[in-house]
Amino acid sequence: MLSTLQPPRCSLSRFTLHLPSKPSFFHSKQTPLSTPHSTLTDQLPTSNSSQPLQSQILSIRHSLLSRQITATQLADSYLNRLRALEHHLKSFLHVSETVRSDAREIDDKILRNEELGPLAGVLVAVKDNICTAGMPSTAGSRILDGYRPPFDATAVKKIKELGGIVIGKTNLDEFGMGSSTEASAFQVTANPWDLSRVPGGSSGGSASAVSARQCVVSLGSDTGGSVRQPASFCGVVGLKPTYGRVSRFGLMAYASSLDVIGCLSTTVADAGILLHAISGHDTLDATSSKREVSDFTSQISAVDSFESKPLKGLRIGLIRETLDKGVDGQVNSAIRAAASHLEELGCSINEVSLPSFSLGLPAYYILASSESSSNLARYDGVRYGNQATADELTGLYENSRATGFGSEVKMRILMGTYALSAGYYDAYYKRAQQVRTIIQKSFRAALDENDILISPAAPSAAYKIGEKVDDPLAMYAGDIMTVNVNLAGLPALVLPCGFVQDGSSNLPVGLQMIGAAFDEGKLLKVGHIFEQTLADCRFVPPLLADDIVG
Amino acid sequence: MAFIGMRSIQTLPLLFHPAVLFSRRKKIMYFSVKASQSQTATQEKQRPIAISPHFDKQIIDKISKDYEAIIGIETHVQLSTLTKAFCSCPYNYGSSPNTNICPICMGLPGALPVLNSKVIESAVKLGLALNCSLSFNSKFDRKQYFYPDLPKGYQISQFDVPIASGGYIDLDLPIEYGGGHRRFGITRVHMEEDAGKLLHSESGSYSQVDLNRAGVPLLEIVSEPDMRTGIEAAEYAAELQRLVRYLGVSNGNMQEGSLRCDVNVSVRPIGQSQFGTKVEIKNLNSFSSVSRAIDFEISRQVLLHSQGQSDQIVQETRLWEEGAQKTITMRKKEGLSDYRYFPEPDLPEVILTKEYVDNIHDSLPELPEMKRRRYESMGLSMQDVLFLANDISVAEFFDATIARGAEVKLAANWIMGDIAAYMKNEKLTINDIKLTPQELAELIASIKGGTISGKIGKEILFELLAKGGTVKGLIKEKDLVQIADPAEIEKMVEKVLVENPKQLEQYRGGKTKLQGFFAGQVMKASKGKANPGLLNKILLEKLNAKS
Repeated sequence: MLSTLQPPRCSLSRFTLHLPSKPSFFHSKQTPLSTPHSTLTDQLPTSNSSQPLQSQILSIRHSLLSRQITATQLADSYLNRLRALEHHLKSFLHVSETVRSDAREIDDKILRNEELGPLAGVLVAVKDNICTAGMPSTAGSRILDGYRPPFDATAVKKIKELGGIVIGKTNLDEFGMGSSTEASAFQVTANPWDLSRVPGGSSGGSASAVSARQCVVSLGSDTGGSVRQPASFCGVVGLKPTYGRVSRFGLMAYASSLDVIGCLSTTVADAGILLHAISGHDTLDATSSKREVSDFTSQISAVDSFESKPLKGLRIGLIRETLDKGVDGQVNSAIRAAASHLEELGCSINEVSLPSFSLGLPAYYILASSESSSNLARYDGVRYGNQATADELTGLYENSRATGFGSEVKMRILMGTYALSAGYYDAYYKRAQQVRTIIQKSFRAALDENDILISPAAPSAAYKIGEKVDDPLAMYAGDIMTVNVNLAGLPALVLPCGFVQDGSSNLPVGLQMIGAAFDEGKLLKVGHIFEQTLADCRFVPPLLADDIVG
Repeated sequence: MAFIGMRSIQTLPLLFHPAVLFSRRKKIMYFSVKASQSQTATQEKQRPIAISPHFDKQIIDKISKDYEAIIGIETHVQLSTLTKAFCSCPYNYGSSPNTNICPICMGLPGALPVLNSKVIESAVKLGLALNCSLSFNSKFDRKQYFYPDLPKGYQISQFDVPIASGGYIDLDLPIEYGGGHRRFGITRVHMEEDAGKLLHSESGSYSQVDLNRAGVPLLEIVSEPDMRTGIEAAEYAAELQRLVRYLGVSNGNMQEGSLRCDVNVSVRPIGQSQFGTKVEIKNLNSFSSVSRAIDFEISRQVLLHSQGQSDQIVQETRLWEEGAQKTITMRKKEGLSDYRYFPEPDLPEVILTKEYVDNIHDSLPELPEMKRRRYESMGLSMQDVLFLANDISVAEFFDATIARGAEVKLAANWIMGDIAAYMKNEKLTINDIKLTPQELAELIASIKGGTISGKIGKEILFELLAKGGTVKGLIKEKDLVQIADPAEIEKMVEKVLVENPKQLEQYRGGKTKLQGFFAGQVMKASKGKANPGLLNKILLEKLNAKS
C-alpha cells in the first residue's frame, strides 16, 4: 500500500548534516569527538551489548563510575553552555544556585564508593509548572511571580532521590495554556534550530533546553500535546506517558483529567530511563495507577544486536485523518517516509480511519477550559502569589486576577466558566464528555487491530514567533494531532524522523507513535529501533556547531 | 429525684413556660420553648435565655389554626475521623489558627486531594442507620464559588449522585410534648469537605482566615419537608445527634459546630396543596434555638398571611438572633446561585462492594430506635425509655447492669435517680463515675435480698460513685449488714419505749402519729441497720401491747 511512497532515506539523506567541530553533545559510533564528555561514549563497555550506545544518561553514569569525569566538571560544562546559549534561547526562567554543590555531593559519594542512583549527576531541567522546593515555581504566570513551593513534586522528588540534579526551571505558556511558549508572562523562548521561530509549547523551554543541550533531559507536562509538539518542533524525543503512570502531585493543574508529566530527551533510551525514574503509584495522587512499572530500559538493545527485520510482525496503523488536507506537504512526506522505514524494519503498515478524530479538538478545548476555570480559582490573591490592594473582597479578587493572569488564561477561564454554567452544561461540557468516550472507544478499536498508531506530532514544523499569536484558532488547530491522545489517556512517543525546509532553515519533524494504555514499553522499543536505524540523520541544531558555544 | 436527673440528660431542654401554645387540627401540639438551665449528658450547655414575646399570643393562637407549617432541615455533621477528608492533617477543635494545615488543605498549587476511606465508612454507616438506599457507584463533584475561607475556590462535595438517599428516621417525642412516635423522611446523605473560618477584627477593618477546619469531612443530611413544628424539628435534630453518637462517627456537638442545622420553613393555609414561600434560617446552635427559631418564624409568617401580606414573605436566608429571640434577614436570594458543579477529576469514583456494605451493616451497634423498642418491651415507661436510650453510654451502663441480673425497673430507677443526680452535681458523665454496672447490680440484689436496707444502699451508692470499691467490701468494712433478728430489734424497741415515757403516754392517749417518732428513734439506735418492716411490726406490737 505504501510502496508508492517515496523511498524513506531520500528525504532524510538530502541533508548533509554539519557535524560540529566544537563541543558536541550527542554520541555516535560514527562520530568520535574530542570533547571530554563526548569521548566518554567511546569508553562505553562493549561487553554489555544490551546497553544503548547513544544514551546520555548511561554514558554519564559510565564516565562517572570510571572516574573519567567528575559530576562537578559535568555540571560546569552544562552550566557554561546553558549560559552561553541562554540569551539567544531564553529557555530558563530560573537556574538553580545549587547545581555545583549538588554535583559535589555526587562526587563525594563516588569518592566514598557509595552506591550511585541511576540518575546520578544527570542534569534535569524542570518545567516551571512543576513544583520544586526552594526554587521559584511560577507556571509562567505573574500571579505566581516569586512563589516558592514548600515541597517538591513527586516526579522531582524521585529524580532527586535517584541522584538527578535539577539544573533549573524552564519557560512555558502560562499554566501550560498555549502551543508556542509565547504566552509566558515572562519571556519568549526561541527554537534552537532557527531563533526566529517558536520552540512549540507549552513545554517550549524544556524542549529548547534539551535540543540545545543546556541539560541532559527535562520534564514537561502534556495536557493536549505540550510535550510532543515542542519535541517535534525542536527535534528531540518527547514521551507522554499513559494518564496515571506518573504522579501529578506537584504539577500545577491545568486540566486535571488530561494533565500528565512527560519526558524530553535526545534519545529514546533516555526518555525510557527518565520515565522509569518518575513512574509509579503515589499515595498523594489518587489518579496515579497502581500498576507495576516494568523496566522500560530492558526494551533498549544495541544496534548491532538487531536482526535484519527487528520489528517483524508488528502491526502499525497510520491514522488517515492525520495526513489529510491542512497538513504541511513536507510533513506529510516525512511521515510517509517514516512509515516506509518502519515497513523496512519488518512492520506491516495499515491505514486506519478514526472518523471521530476531528471531534477531538473542540471537545478538548471545552473540557480543558472547563477544568482550568475550576483549577485556577485558587489563585485568588488571598494566600499566596499576586495580591492586589483593594478596598473590599470582590475588588481583591478582581484586581489580583486581572493583573495576575495573561489574556490566554483569562480567555480559557471565561470559556470554561461559560461551558459549565447552568443551562449550557449539557450542550458543552456533557457533550464534550460524550465525544471523549467515543474517541476512547475508537482508539481502543484501532489499537485492537494494530500494535501502534502513527501520525505527525503536529501539522507543520516550527512557525515564526508572532505568526499565530493573534489567531488563537489557528494556534488551537495546531493541536489536532495530539489532543485526542490526551482525551483517550494513552501513551505516545514523539521522535524526530526527518526535516522540512522552510526558506533557509532545516526544521525537524516529529513522528508520533501512539500505544495502548500502559504499553510505554512497546513504544520505547519501537522508537529506539527506529531511531537507531535512521542512519545519517542527526538532530543537533546548527546553533551548537556555531561559534556561539565556543 | 428521677425527674431532675432526667433534665440533666435530655438533649432537648424541657419546656417550663410555653409561651405560645396552640392546638392543631391534626392533633399536633406545638410550643414555643423557653430555654432551661439544664445541661446535656455530654457537653452542651444551654444559656438561660429570656423569652421575648414578639406577637400577641392570643391572636396567633386564633389564626394559626388555619395554617400549616412545612419544615425541612439540612444538617451538617462533622466526622470525628483522625485526619481530614483529603489530607493527613489532624483536626482538633480550638487549636490555634492555622496550626492544623498542609499544602493540600491550603490549596497550594500542585496539591491534590486523596480521600480518607474512613469518610466513606462513616457515610455508609449513617446511610444504613437512616434506612437509605446506597449508591454503589457514586462520585465527587466540585461546587464552585469564591470566598476567602475556601482555599481551592471550590468545595469537594457530591452533587447528583449522593452516596445514600431515600431513607427515614424514627423517633419518639418526649411525654411533655404529648409524646407519640414520628417517622421523618431522609432525602439524601452526601459527603463533602468543610471550609475554613473567617476571624473578623474587632474594628471591622480587616478579617483573617483560619484554615484549620478546611477539609474536615462532613456528612450533609437533607430531610424531607416532613416536620410541622419546632419541637418536631428539634427532636429530629436530637435524634440525628443520638444516631451519630451511637455510630461513633461524630461527637455531634452543636456548640463546637460538629452538628449544624439549617432549617427551611414555609407556611400555607390548611387545605392548600402548593407550598408557601420558603425561608432558610441559619445560626442555630442548640436544639432549643432550632425549636424557638422555627416557632418564631411560623408565627411571623402566619401573621403576614393573616394580614394579607403573604407577598412580604420572600425567599431569603434569615439569621436567628439568640439575644433578641427573633429571626432577621441575612441575605435575600437573587435567583439561584450557579455553583457550576462538575465531576471532581482529581478523585476516582466511589465504588462500594456488597461485601463492604454487608460488613458495615453487620457491625452496626443497636441503634436508638431499636433500643427504645426493646426497653419498651421490657415494660419500662416511655419516660424511662427515652431517658435511658438518650445517651449510648447510659444505655450501655443500664444494659450491663441488667445483664448482671438486676431487676429492670430497679436498675432504671437507680440510674435515673441518684446516679443521674450525682452526675449532674459533679458534672460528670456516666463514663467518669467509679461505680460499675457489676456493683450496681450487686447493690440492687443486696437490698432486695434484705442484706442491707434501702437507706444503707443509698449511702453505699454514693461511696461507690465517688470512690469505687465493691458492695460486699463496703458492707463488711462498715458493718452495715441489716439487723433482721427479731429478738435484737425487740430489745432496741423496748429500750426506746423506756427512755421516752412521756411520748409513750401521749401515744397511748390517742396520739398515734407518734409511731413515726418511735420508729425513727429505734432506727437511729440501730444505726440505720434495722430491717424497717420488722422494726415497724415489733414496734406496733409493743406500743399497743398494754393499751
